[in-house]
Amino acid sequence: MLASLIIVFREVLEAGLIVGIVLAATEGVAGRGRWVTMGIAAGILGSCVVAWFADAISGLFADTGQELFNAGVLLVAVAMLAWHNAWMAQHGREIARDMAAMGRAVSSGERSLAALAVVIGVAVLREGAEVVLFLTGILASEEGGVGTVLAGGLGGVALGALMSALMYAGLLRIPTRHLFRVTTWLLTLLAAGMAATAVSFLAQAGVLERGGDILWDSSGLLRDKSVIGQALHVLIGYTDRPTEAQLLAYLATVVAILGLTRLAAGSAQPVRRAANPAE
Amino acid sequence: MRHRIARLTLSAALLLPVAPAFVTPVWADDAPITIIIKDHRFDPVEVKVPANKRVTLLVDNQDATSEEFESAELKVEKIVGGRKQIKVAIGPLKPGKYPFFGEFHEATAKGTVIAE
Repeated sequence: MLASLIIVFREVLEAGLIVGIVLAATEGVAGRGRWVTMGIAAGILGSCVVAWFADAISGLFADTGQELFNAGVLLVAVAMLAWHNAWMAQHGREIARDMAAMGRAVSSGERSLAALAVVIGVAVLREGAEVVLFLTGILASEEGGVGTVLAGGLGGVALGALMSALMYAGLLRIPTRHLFRVTTWLLTLLAAGMAATAVSFLAQAGVLERGGDILWDSSGLLRDKSVIGQALHVLIGYTDRPTEAQLLAYLATVVAILGLTRLAAGSAQPVRRAANPAE
Repeated sequence: MRHRIARLTLSAALLLPVAPAFVTPVWADDAPITIIIKDHRFDPVEVKVPANKRVTLLVDNQDATSEEFESAELKVEKIVGGRKQIKVAIGPLKPGKYPFFGEFHEATAKGTVIAE
């Protein structure tokens, strides 16, 4: 029973931490609870669908379906994070002004919430499908029963949610005036880490033949599967054995998102002077 | 402007991790090296592979339940359905030992790749 709990926890940890970051990044934006919930719900639903079709997916593209699927959804998340940061660069000032003016949550950030909901959905989907396969495997065999599945599933998910809460609470300790800048960087590095993971799946599928040399091994210091390692993986894209191709993808993503953000900030509308005296 | 950003984002995301120079068709040329999963154990437990080249492993799951073939050392993480087979590309490996395990049955499903 404990074993099943630990396995489920290990799978949901990353998604849980990502939820925590997104919550911190959207602090003060109205409707975020709904979008985050929708992202999680869609991810869970998607997990069941993916688990159901797991063998079919795995068999696609000369048996590289699983990797290409993982790499594909990760790249969708990378694109969403890039778009979110660019959008915030363009509209962040208006949002900050509205928040200051109204002294409460504003709805103008809702558009970019959809992008972050997709990121959460993807994170839940990837690991969730593995949890579903694992738990249905237990049900199908003589290893345990409904009790084990429930304890493992619910307990593991509860622990994942606890990690979300811890990550969120930790990030909120950052003073409000710095929080936005910090979370923007975190989302950029999260995207870079996801791009690096996508590359790792492409290498595993045999699609990437070069760039497979491991640059360094810091697993003696910190394993990327440990709780702290996972937290750092989500926060800054930490990987204990990065390959050349992974580092390249990581750096290229950071440069691309920074460039895109600059471009978007440059085209930002100057903040409208109060046409409405009530503002 | 918004469309331009969306387009740029999309093209950047598509181009990013797959610099065209890296992309080549799938799987190493040599015959894959087979690892069988039975009763949540690997056979063979020690898998010898050539060092310093790409190698394809074929994992043949003869159990009815799914397994996740995983190794941080080999940078591999892949689900093998019940009574299914998967292939994974690993390496090039420096000579040495690289442990792997079945995440869903970690107590029994353990093995090592030996690159030499």
